[in-house]
Amino acid sequence: MCPSPINGPVIEFHNVSYGLNGGPEILRDLNLSVASGETLILLGRSGSGKTTALKLINRLLDPSRGEIQVNGRSIEEWDVIRLRRSIGYVIQEIGLFPHFTIERNIGLVPKIENWPASRIHDRVRELLALVGLDAQIASHYPRQLSGGQRQRVGVARALAADPPILLMDEPFGALDPITRTELQREFLALQKRLRKTVIFVTHDLREALSLGTRIALLQDGRVVALHTPEGFLHSTQPLVAAYRATFGTEMETRGPL
Amino acid sequence: MNLWQFFLQNHAEVWELTLEHLWLVGVSTLLAVAVGIPLGVLITRWPALNKPVLGGANIIQTIPSLALFGFLLPAPWIGARADRLAILALTLYALLPLIRNTYAGIKAVDAAVVEAGRGMGLTDRQLLFQVQLPLALGVILAGVRVATVVSVGLATIAAAIGAGGLGEYIFRGLAMVNNQVILAGAIPAAAMALFADVSLGWLEKRLSPR
Repeated sequence: MCPSPINGPVIEFHNVSYGLNGGPEILRDLNLSVASGETLILLGRSGSGKTTALKLINRLLDPSRGEIQVNGRSIEEWDVIRLRRSIGYVIQEIGLFPHFTIERNIGLVPKIENWPASRIHDRVRELLALVGLDAQIASHYPRQLSGGQRQRVGVARALAADPPILLMDEPFGALDPITRTELQREFLALQKRLRKTVIFVTHDLREALSLGTRIALLQDGRVVALHTPEGFLHSTQPLVAAYRATFGTEMETRGPL
Repeated sequence: MNLWQFFLQNHAEVWELTLEHLWLVGVSTLLAVAVGIPLGVLITRWPALNKPVLGGANIIQTIPSLALFGFLLPAPWIGARADRLAILALTLYALLPLIRNTYAGIKAVDAAVVEAGRGMGLTDRQLLFQVQLPLALGVILAGVRVATVVSVGLATIAAAIGAGGLGEYIFRGLAMVNNQVILAGAIPAAAMALFADVSLGWLEKRLSPR
């Protein structure tokens, strides 16, 4: 893993477009730069391209035009396996390996990176404690866990090899509101300690406002606004205002958490 | 003479034919596993091969077994010995369930699990051996089970080309119009099929991820 330059951005999008051959472009001329230790939120509705943008970073997808850099180097030049192992990845469906115990799930990347068994053992306990889980569940299988516990394991697994970058794709989207708020709070506490560079995809404005250091609003594959949470609330830009309004009504109907 | 007496009097021959039968089924199933599972994996990686491979295996299935034995007769080396011929034919028949189940089993693995694995930086090989194949194992074993059971039945026809096995009794009994002799072949073959079905079914249940 290359050490990140002191001041340079960790992740940069340069005029990135993505579309399947001949199909409509899902992302258009995306330009973004993510600084070390910040939590950039990609906010937008379904189909706005936020998940696509995320998957371009760990090369689950490749852009049709433009370039993405990680630590100042084009991701094309990275060995794709190296790149992915230095980027933690958390998805809404969690994707725990059902045939592995929690211990093996969390310890998989360290294991394929040939860490000694004792170090993996300790690391798994450390991570379980970090995400607020009992060390006892290490020997359990994913199906024995609740949704909230599973997502905690998902986060622990992504952090296992201590990657400097974390990609999170609506990680708390499928959880009940109480668990969700709990995990959001824990995420903030965790992020205060770990200072990872996080890109976090959500369609939930409240989540964006409470977790992000900056929020990029995507619409039809373009960034239409980029603000701090404070700036987002006060922006007079029509699209942001409209977005705020739609979420405003949703918040009213749902009521406060 | 009843069936029981027949078995007692001919126990050496019954045993020999049973072993021959086991040999035909065992070797052909192992060969089919060795070829079919990699082919099944291959067509998940190269979707363009999907249709030709599954189509080809399907066509083989439609060839009547006696005809297939006949077609293979002129083949060099293979055609020289009846048991080689029988084993090749049985292998070809066993391919379809193995290829199809391997393919279906891998395709049925939760897409989120595969995506998480890929996103974590598993290589294609690690993804296959540590995630996809273990999770597809139950479905693949179901394919092995179907292939084995079908093969036990089909192998009786191999006696028609002189490959031996329990089919000997069946054909002999047919020629002699003697039901006892037919049953002397059919009952051990049925028992073998049942045993294979039950034991592979047990294995399937044991090894399937819960």
